[in-house]
Amino acid sequence: MSSAPLLLVDSACKAFGGVQALSECSVGVEEGTIAGLIGPNGSGKTTLFNVATGYERVDRGEIYFSGRRITRASPDRVFALGLGRTFQLTRIFSRLSVMENMLVASQAGRRGLRSLCTRAGSPGERRRALELLEFVGIARLASKPAGSLSYGQRKLLELAYVLVADPAVILLDEPAGGVNPSLINHIADRIRELNRQGKTFFVVEHNMEFVMSLCHQVTVMHQGTAILTGPPSTVRSDPRVLDAYLGGALEEDPGDGPEGQDGAGSL
Amino acid sequence: MKVTALVQGGRQARSPAADMEEPWQQERRARGAWAAGVAALLAIAIAFPWVFTNPTTTSIGVFTLIYMAAATAWNSFAGYSGYIPLGHAVFFGSGAYTLVIAAQDLHIRGGYTVFALVPLAGAVAVAVAVPFGLVALRTRRHTFVVITIAIFFIFQLMAFNLGITQGSSGIPAPTPTWPAATFNDRFYYVALAILVVAAAFSWGIRRSRFGLQLLAIRDDEDRALSLGVRVSRVKLTAFALSALPVGMVGAVWAYFIGQVYPQFAFDPLFDISVALMAFLGGLGTVSGPLLGALILEPLQQYFTLQFSSNALYLVVYGALFLVVILLLPRGIIPTVRDRVASWRERRSGSTALASGPDAAGGVLSSEMAGGGVAGAAGGGAVSPPGPSGPAVRRG
Ligand SMILES: Nc1ncnc2c1ncn2[C@@H]1O[C@H](COP(=O)(O)OP(=O)(O)OP(=O)(O)O)[C@@H](O)[C@H]1O
Ligand SMILES: [Mg+2]
Repeated sequence: MSSAPLLLVDSACKAFGGVQALSECSVGVEEGTIAGLIGPNGSGKTTLFNVATGYERVDRGEIYFSGRRITRASPDRVFALGLGRTFQLTRIFSRLSVMENMLVASQAGRRGLRSLCTRAGSPGERRRALELLEFVGIARLASKPAGSLSYGQRKLLELAYVLVADPAVILLDEPAGGVNPSLINHIADRIRELNRQGKTFFVVEHNMEFVMSLCHQVTVMHQGTAILTGPPSTVRSDPRVLDAYLGGALEEDPGDGPEGQDGAGSL
Repeated sequence: MKVTALVQGGRQARSPAADMEEPWQQERRARGAWAAGVAALLAIAIAFPWVFTNPTTTSIGVFTLIYMAAATAWNSFAGYSGYIPLGHAVFFGSGAYTLVIAAQDLHIRGGYTVFALVPLAGAVAVAVAVPFGLVALRTRRHTFVVITIAIFFIFQLMAFNLGITQGSSGIPAPTPTWPAATFNDRFYYVALAILVVAAAFSWGIRRSRFGLQLLAIRDDEDRALSLGVRVSRVKLTAFALSALPVGMVGAVWAYFIGQVYPQFAFDPLFDISVALMAFLGGLGTVSGPLLGALILEPLQQYFTLQFSSNALYLVVYGALFLVVILLLPRGIIPTVRDRVASWRERRSGSTALASGPDAAGGVLSSEMAGGGVAGAAGGGAVSPPGPSGPAVRRG
């Protein structure tokens, strides 16, 4: 393992009005690992992903990706640098077909005007897209409108199209949320397989079994701060974790439940 | 790349890729049928003034072609990006004024030379569209609609008050000395040429990378951004390009009408009409706006001629808008296409399954289809419960 983490969030602070979503939060993700991020609802996990991928700006603090400062980079720039992500409430292009969704992801970095004269999706891109769809197990849905996919299938599609651009690090926000158990195992297998090929993962998940069996390192967040990082075995038995969960649940109402209303939102 | 290697090694990933060949061939055949259909329609359009020589009829033909081109151009931005602009009259008016002002300055009295100014009018419209788009496209959805309307009124106000447009007295266009019997035909064919370019353009965008990026923006702009789509640039380019044919038909219109007044060149009803045409035919499809304009513009002309007033026509328009939104929220073309698809499927239930995985090749082959319904129309798949008419609501 390298000395400096591949992705490093350094003392990030972020407030929404009166809510301090992140306060002096520092987390590092080592290259080649599967890192986990857990914490009660509203503890700032999604916000941490948002600031790391350019969707939100930190008020204070810095973010580094492979030694480069990306604190104020825009989402497309962050993605181009090799930091891909999925969303807690899956975000797919619901009126495009599954294949077209994949092709959008392979557009990265194409010039605007020349793209007017090029046909969407070269045979090579289509083949690769199909391979990735096979990889996550939804190739037979390629011609379906993405809007007709089930919740779990959407999660898989999102994972597949993040893979198109071959990012070095992938942030997954609740990949198992609302997904049936067999599909959860399927997702976990895919993540392990990709990790074996060298991809780094940073996974937010409420499913403890999933996190503990999958991750090499787990970070616990509580009220916007990373209170503890360690291997699953130590984290599991740390009293502070239980405190965080119980305390957090009593103190604050969760902002957005993992189940959300994805159906309505994606319309 | 590593994933590719792994996947290919792991199992026989070949089969789906190999299956792609057949849909490609199917597509080629379908393409032949399309080409024949388009050629036939074009032939009809070209023959029209020879068959119907009555100047009243050909005049309706000119207006219809102008609106078909404008609706198509408008849709090539609005339909694909999901942004609903109601300020394209700015480009129409800019084109109209460009023609009459340039003709005046260059002392062009009439004849075919005036048509040489049409591309210039298009260029001016694009030049206007760039700053317009830079401002308006900072906003989304309802705010975007309101901003475009506001900018439109700024331009109309300027046309009334600036010296260069000569205020409310208007500017006369050059008067050609063509024989009355075939007078309209010249305008007809120029408008037809612009329409062909606009339609080809709209069709080309739909199947290009650029078009896919626009469609992605329509569904989830922020997600598209995070996948590396340069959304601001794509939106602005599409917006500016959609102004080009509108400016050009504006110029043809000015020459045809003979006098350009601010309230008619910058007409708020222009955008209402064009949007209604696109909605009626099918927003986001190539053929929808053409069909919509083909239905509505002759209707408008008929009402105007028959009752020599716009008022009745406005009532009809309002009623039509309601009917379209309530009964055909997705427009004629997508609705009919879905009906046909499900009918075909019922007829050949099992064969549809066999050709099921036509996915890869077929998806984008149905570029004539509007975005989301592409999959349903192309493959034999069960027609999806997909979102009905969200584009309407977005406006
Ligand atoms: N855009 C926003 N505007 C206002 N408040 C926000 C916003 N995003 C997050 N917050 C607040 O910041 C806090 C942290 O939210 P965040 O979504 O990061 O939590 P989380 O750890 O991902 O929770 P969950 O497990 O429920 O997904 C919450 O109190 C939330 O209400
Ligand atoms: Mg969250």
